[in-house]
Amino acid sequence: MKVSMKITINGQHFELADNANVAQGLTQFAAKEPFAVALNGQFIPRSQCDTTLLNEGDSIELLSPIQGG
Amino acid sequence: MSSVISDSFSIYGEQITSRLLIGSALYPSPAVMADSIVASGAQIVTVSLRRQQSAAAGDDFWQLIKDTGLKILPNTAGCHSVNEAITLAQMCREVFATDWIKLELIGDDYNLQPDPFALLEATQILFAEGFKVLPYCTDDLVLCQRLADAGCEVLMPWGAPIGTGKGLLNPYNLKTIRERLPDTTLIVDAGLGLPSHACQALELGYDAVLLNSAIAGAGCPVTMSHAFKAAVDAGRFAYRAKAMPEKDVAAPSTPTMGMPFWHQQ
Repeated sequence: MKVSMKITINGQHFELADNANVAQGLTQFAAKEPFAVALNGQFIPRSQCDTTLLNEGDSIELLSPIQGG
Repeated sequence: MSSVISDSFSIYGEQITSRLLIGSALYPSPAVMADSIVASGAQIVTVSLRRQQSAAAGDDFWQLIKDTGLKILPNTAGCHSVNEAITLAQMCREVFATDWIKLELIGDDYNLQPDPFALLEATQILFAEGFKVLPYCTDDLVLCQRLADAGCEVLMPWGAPIGTGKGLLNPYNLKTIRERLPDTTLIVDAGLGLPSHACQALELGYDAVLLNSAIAGAGCPVTMSHAFKAAVDAGRFAYRAKAMPEKDVAAPSTPTMGMPFWHQQ
């Protein structure tokens, strides 16, 4: 039985326990407010981060405000 | 006179009096950015989202922007597909707590020209999701009409490609869009380099301009910010005043009656 899985957050590799959710991934990354999250290219509302389960090979994008024109 | 200065335009029902929308990128320092934004008199500032790199990297920037108290217009800069733009717009809405989105969807990397087909498709999807879309588009009349048909109350055709500073490359197209879409808020976005370019856009009847590089890339951004503020006011005055008709033949402005030495050799 698989006990861990590999995912990426902003291109960095992380290893999480099987059945980890997005919120746990963000904790591993030490995400700092404010930010928004996408999982495999799909927006995940913050209110759903702790109920959205991760799978092997998933890719999280964690975005924060930056300068823009 | 004051009524001319204080006239406003609408962005999805919100009355805006400053006819200069300003970007927050490319300034030599955060302090210069903040001072330039204040000097511009802008009520709206554009921002974006990118990967969070380190815990403290974006803190100062975002705090400075929040301190301005201005309305936030997030963009989808850098997106090349409808799906990317939709996802980034959704993320922007959550972070910036606004349903305004400056929709940028690039179709060609050489001149960063918007993809008109993807732009229209993304616009329709975003409206269905409750966004208020401000599309950055080319100066193509039919595209602008289709975007307006899709529900856009604001359109932002380019003056020239982003960051070129070339000014209004096709005033005829821009003028035609103004004439054909009299009830749509029109903002020239991108390509301006000089205050005279902004003035020209306002003279054509455009409601506002959105610019960034022209101020941030100037030798003294704060002073250039003042210059652009004066330019949009001048252009708006001129539009409201209605310019004299252009003629091909000279006509003396000083009376000729009573002219001394008349026809003396």
